[in-house]
Amino acid sequence: MPAVSKGDGMRGLAVFISDIRNCKSKEAEIKRINKELANIRSKFKGDKALDGYSKKKYVCKLLFIFLLGHDIDFGHMEAVNLLSSNRYTEKQIGYLFISVLVNSNSELIRLINNAIKNDLASRNPTFMGLALHCIANVGSREMAEAFAGEIPKILVAGDTMDSVKQSAALCLLRLYRTSPDLVPMGDWTSRVVHLLNDQHLGVVTAATSLITTLAQKNPEEFKTSVSLAVSRLSRIVTSASTDLQDYTYYFVPAPWLSVKLLRLLQCYPPPEDPAVRGRLTECLETILNKAQEPPKSKKVQHSNAKNAVLFEAISLIIHHDSEPNLLVRACNQLGQFLQHRETNLRYLALESMCTLASSEFSHEAVKTHIETVINALKTERDVSVRQRAVDLLYAMCDRSNAQQIVAEMLNYLETADYSIREEIVLKVAILAEKYAVDYTWYVDTILNLIRIAGDYVSEEVWYRVIQIVINRDDVQGYAAKTVFEALQAPACHENLVKVGGYILGEFGNLIAGDPRSSPLIQFNLLHSKFHLCSVPTRALLLSTYIKFVNLFPEIKTTIQDVLRSDSQLKNADVELQQRAVEYLRLSTIASTDILATVLEEMPPFPERESSILAKLKKKKGPGTVTDLEEIKKERSSDMNGSAEPALNATVTTPSPSEDDLLGLGPAPVTNSPPPPSSSGSLLVDVFSDPTSAVAPLAPGSDDNFASPDLASSEVVSEEPADTVHDADELFHKFVCKNNGVLFENQLLQIGLKSEFRQNLGRMFIFYGNKTSTQFLNFTPTVICSDDLQSSLNLQTKPVDPTVDGGAQVQQVVNIECVSDFMEAPILNIQFRYGGTFQNLSVKLPITLNKFFQPTEMSSQDFFQRWKQLSNPKQEVQNIFKAKHPMDAEITKAKIIGFGSALLEEVDPNPANFVGAGIIHTKTTQIGCLLRLEPNLQAQMYRLTLRTSKEAVSQRLCELLSEQF
Amino acid sequence: MIHFILLFSRQGKLRLQKWYTTLPDKEKKKIIREIIQIILSRNQKTSSFVDWKDLKLVYKRYASLYFCCAIEDQDNELLTLEVVHRYVELLDRYFGNVCELDIIFNFEKAYFILDEFIIGGEVQETSKKTAVKAIEDSDMLQETVEEYMNKPAF
Repeated sequence: MPAVSKGDGMRGLAVFISDIRNCKSKEAEIKRINKELANIRSKFKGDKALDGYSKKKYVCKLLFIFLLGHDIDFGHMEAVNLLSSNRYTEKQIGYLFISVLVNSNSELIRLINNAIKNDLASRNPTFMGLALHCIANVGSREMAEAFAGEIPKILVAGDTMDSVKQSAALCLLRLYRTSPDLVPMGDWTSRVVHLLNDQHLGVVTAATSLITTLAQKNPEEFKTSVSLAVSRLSRIVTSASTDLQDYTYYFVPAPWLSVKLLRLLQCYPPPEDPAVRGRLTECLETILNKAQEPPKSKKVQHSNAKNAVLFEAISLIIHHDSEPNLLVRACNQLGQFLQHRETNLRYLALESMCTLASSEFSHEAVKTHIETVINALKTERDVSVRQRAVDLLYAMCDRSNAQQIVAEMLNYLETADYSIREEIVLKVAILAEKYAVDYTWYVDTILNLIRIAGDYVSEEVWYRVIQIVINRDDVQGYAAKTVFEALQAPACHENLVKVGGYILGEFGNLIAGDPRSSPLIQFNLLHSKFHLCSVPTRALLLSTYIKFVNLFPEIKTTIQDVLRSDSQLKNADVELQQRAVEYLRLSTIASTDILATVLEEMPPFPERESSILAKLKKKKGPGTVTDLEEIKKERSSDMNGSAEPALNATVTTPSPSEDDLLGLGPAPVTNSPPPPSSSGSLLVDVFSDPTSAVAPLAPGSDDNFASPDLASSEVVSEEPADTVHDADELFHKFVCKNNGVLFENQLLQIGLKSEFRQNLGRMFIFYGNKTSTQFLNFTPTVICSDDLQSSLNLQTKPVDPTVDGGAQVQQVVNIECVSDFMEAPILNIQFRYGGTFQNLSVKLPITLNKFFQPTEMSSQDFFQRWKQLSNPKQEVQNIFKAKHPMDAEITKAKIIGFGSALLEEVDPNPANFVGAGIIHTKTTQIGCLLRLEPNLQAQMYRLTLRTSKEAVSQRLCELLSEQF
Repeated sequence: MIHFILLFSRQGKLRLQKWYTTLPDKEKKKIIREIIQIILSRNQKTSSFVDWKDLKLVYKRYASLYFCCAIEDQDNELLTLEVVHRYVELLDRYFGNVCELDIIFNFEKAYFILDEFIIGGEVQETSKKTAVKAIEDSDMLQETVEEYMNKPAF
């Protein structure tokens, strides 16, 4: 048994630990533990009062057993008793037990809080320290409620000991992080800022942590900290290595404090005051200069501490992004690290350089390191480092080096770790599109992607290549030839079959002149893959076949034979069977003219931002926003035939990635029409009365508003007042749903039914006259404020000015979301009823979240994106009381109704809800992540929104907070 | 801020866990298992940093013991390595040439020393002298070996 070196060792504890270590098996260990638990139980229950030492020892044993991973359900009371002991060591063990085994028993919490209160008031610095540590360790809401008001007083009181101040500052920080609403801002905040001037560097260090977090949320209030931080930093940076005595760490003066001050400065833009700014620039230059000096020690601690400060300084330089000279120097410094023998430094240099690459001042300087980075991709042994190299290559890519970078990434993809393949695929796909001068190169690149890493090529990628081929007629022939050749491979990826099927179905005629790719050969080639494919791909191929019937009448009978076979017509899959039946029928009864119309080549896709970009944008975070604007400009000038989607068309412009606008509610994947979905919709036109094609939209069929009381309502005696109905409650009901009653009084009922896709939407407003008297001069008007007009485009059609008693009229509003917006439009209705003039206004629930597209992602992706949106401005958080019963299923339904995807098994805490989606506006797409953390006990929620745009985070948070 | 600190042996035995965020016990156990597995499977020559969920793991091995901190994305990785080193120095100073057994048999001391150094996931006192003094002050009740041996062994 090892000797216990110091302090008041507990012999019984040491013996017990020794016994446990000597246990030969898990069973023996459990037996020994059970014996001990029984012993302790009997001691605690025994008649003889235990002395402080024994109590301490047994509590400590329980703690040990708990830390071994066993459950402990008693001993809390004994631990609480120890808190009021006057012996420091007993008190200390009591506090340790409480901190580790927090118990929510309210009686116990009252006792604990009481003991803490006594110790805080004891004026004994060691006792105060213990109490503060305990509050910080537990950090619960109950603790915050009890002490958040008290601790600021201790922190700024003139007579508080330095060590207590340090504990108080960090304790307060912990409470602020868990329950910001409970920490009152007040006079103390300005005094806390002045702790930056404190004599004691330990106090300054602790205070800087607190101030940084407070300043992130309340930048105005803590603005004065900037100049104080700069002068403090300047004093440290210029001090000799011995000046700061014990705060010098391996010859580096106060590295912790320096890093914290540099972090604090990253909460603010560059200082406005030229003197402060000059001083800060000097500091940063000094830090960069020191990096070039020979090391004062060979120890890794010296270089780590020195470089920690250097990297933090570089972060600040990048954050300010305003001093070209500093940025270039930072880049050169990182360039040196790229070849450093320390893996850690190479890793950090690659990571830092990524952010440098997006600054206009240093982009060119970063590019000069391309060979080193490519080499890192090939030779680094650590996947974490290679991942950073991929990120950096992507960030430094532009027109001048795109071919090289794409080639290297493709090369690397062949051997890349599975964990990062999908991301590389996305990056390659984006770069290839963004910098394609020659679209044959683009097509080749994407086909290579599918060949090398087909499983990692997501739908977005292959949808995109089809959109581009369809929109660019100069590449169609080449694409058809290339996919035809690629399909010759004996084993090709299913994604290639999809792309091949789609492209040949559209453009197979362009290569049919060559006898080696005659229509029949094309068909046989595709059909040879058919049986190996999944249902959605087969569905797509069936559509290709019917397109072939139009393109190549000479093989019509071959195709009809295939469609007619039992395996198609009697296929167990409903979708496949239906397609086979309908396509066969279509090919039999339709004239060639009708066939040509129905199966015509796809019209160009409306120009919209690539969904791949949207996917990666979320991975990449805000740094690339400008970058993405630029791509969009480039692309819109590159692409021909960009047709705006026509809102009032009964069949929307088809897109391989979307169901058509008519489909209410998302269709399951297997049911969704394959890429040539227009033919699917048009089929209905061919076989039936054209009007029934739009039947789902016909309001008459809607039963939502045909409530019996509407028909039987009696004449209203009272005159409704001429008021603006804010109807907030009803308005909020529509945030998570699209249909229902928006407004109702004795005269009028207003119902809504709406549908949204991407940045477009359509709303049907139904006005029901509940009386038996006519409404005259009935004029509904949708009003947008000036602000709103620029972001939301609404078109309404006038309605009949007369509404008969008991009748219902309908008005259509076509909606286009141009950019993100805050307010809601107002619906104003004026009419005459029985000689009186009626005027009322309600908010129309067209809210930003309606333009959500849900995005599914894995836990890893989610947190990676979450992390990338960590800029304080991107996050908005709200903590609020539950207004409705906290039912998990209802909450899930609401999050889905809100429009984002509900991601299951993503959050480590299963009680939390996380969601992800993309807000589509005409000008941009905004990736949104959300996290809702319920606290059943407190009946509270914490909602966090992270998006690349502050206003969007803000608005979504407001809207969603009202729902629970 | 540091979200949690784990100390574990090369055999994967957990020796110390300190959490600066509130999580249910079940979740903690899951995280511990996962992280020990991730770190132990990494090669010698790799970097000391691993991306993990929305956090970053920073770890270093001292003799038979791994020290691992989970920090946020914007936290300074290199300085976190030195947080670990400073903690090892404090343990060393207290126990005198600290080894894994010291931490096993005096786990409560290891927690006390950590509390003097870090509160709520932030460094409280970076001066070794001041931190050590605070710890030694708390050992006011020194006892002799004889006193120790006279204590009951159960």
